[in-house]
Amino acid sequence: MNIPEDLKYTKTHEWARIEGGEAVVGITDYAQEQLSDIVFVELPGIGDSFKQGDSFGVVESVKAASDFYTPLSGTITAANDALLKDPALVNKDPYGAAWMVKLQPVDLKELDNLMDAAAYERFLETEGGHH
Amino acid sequence: MRQTPLYETHVALKARMVEFGGWNMPVQYASIIDEHRNVRRAAGLFDIDHMGQMEVQGPDALPYLQRLLTFDVSVLQMNQAHYSLVCYADGGIVDDIFVYRFPDRYFLAINAANTEKDYQWFLYHTRGFGVDVKDISDSTYMLALQGPKAQAILQKLTTADLNGLQFHYALEDRVAGIPTIIARTGYTGEDGFELFFPVAQGKAMWDRIMEAGKPLGLWPIGLAARDSLRFEPKMPLYGQEIASDINPLEAGLGWAVDFDKGEFIGREALLKVKLEGPRRKLVGFEMVERGVPRHNYELARDGKAVGYVTTGMYSPTLDKNLGLGYVPVELSTLGTEIDVIVRGKPVRAKIVRTPFYTPAYKR
Repeated sequence: MNIPEDLKYTKTHEWARIEGGEAVVGITDYAQEQLSDIVFVELPGIGDSFKQGDSFGVVESVKAASDFYTPLSGTITAANDALLKDPALVNKDPYGAAWMVKLQPVDLKELDNLMDAAAYERFLETEGGHH
Repeated sequence: MRQTPLYETHVALKARMVEFGGWNMPVQYASIIDEHRNVRRAAGLFDIDHMGQMEVQGPDALPYLQRLLTFDVSVLQMNQAHYSLVCYADGGIVDDIFVYRFPDRYFLAINAANTEKDYQWFLYHTRGFGVDVKDISDSTYMLALQGPKAQAILQKLTTADLNGLQFHYALEDRVAGIPTIIARTGYTGEDGFELFFPVAQGKAMWDRIMEAGKPLGLWPIGLAARDSLRFEPKMPLYGQEIASDINPLEAGLGWAVDFDKGEFIGREALLKVKLEGPRRKLVGFEMVERGVPRHNYELARDGKAVGYVTTGMYSPTLDKNLGLGYVPVELSTLGTEIDVIVRGKPVRAKIVRTPFYTPAYKR
């Protein structure tokens, strides 16, 4: 299980990385592995605003559709259109090429509500493993 | 929840297990798409011990089955198998089954989730017939070996003439030394076999077939790929394409209903449907706009609900998002545009020819 040190994590298996004032958001290696075979990604439009924890997109595997939730409140500044054509990128490179959106965060203090890599790893060992 | 004797084997293969029809079954061992493609390209072995089996014996076995099944059982050659529906008096479907004719008995393969319901239905209707009906599900193991390499793999383990075994025929012989019914049947749209043998031999048979199949590209395959494999050639799944409130004619299964054979349960109701024409039809559709149809999503036309999706998914063979569903007959012609309601939003689809995938059977 790949859990990069430099990211922040949610209990719903999204990650966020702050890059020049923007947050880059995706789903974790654990999430893609649980979903397996991702065949469809639906992303929000640029300019859409979300509160921390709002559903802002959908990932569909062969078996089912799953919502994903924004780790931080903010306004979407970019969506990764490459995923629309090649959803399987999420399985191959969840922390890199398969980033999902960039957003302008409202309040970076919300980062305190997220887990660091060590906490997320512990979370997976306890609750996360029941999926 | 019940588990098959191969449970530990699946866990050792790192399968993801799910509940299906009251059983804890392997849903996938690897990528579902890769498993699916491996069956179309080479071969797959499926643990389907959850499926049920019954035996019907006795002097009245034929007239009894003629009354319970929609198919004309009298035309079955020795060792031949055929698909049939079992219907309620109102034409709704109790189950879909395979019936096999053997010298001393008829053998029925039935759906896992319906096993108890079917057995009770069959028992109830024995009244007045000289028949003995046995539920042999617990003593019978069932594996499916499917794919273009299935025959080459199985032939390593048996002296039976598999090349001479025709599509939808069965023979009784030994496989890996185990007395087995070898049937050239399946639920994938590929050539292949379903094997029935004593439950105690489940693990031995699985291990021997996996070993024989390894050099030919055999993989273990879970229920998720079993579903996508049966979906592409439009093979119905009970609870989705067929159910107690769906009749065979609207499901496009009229070919398994023989009105000319005489009385059978459901005949009168189905004859009425046949004469009047079904009001709705099972159709296949492909997405025109981006979206994945799913079981029970609503189908709409001009903002009005007109039907529902029975099965929908990404099709690994066609590389498209496809669905099966019920629509009124007037919307069932090829090319008709309908909307699939995905998370509250209409997403355009159009009716296309089915099956999506033409089965590659041995003929």
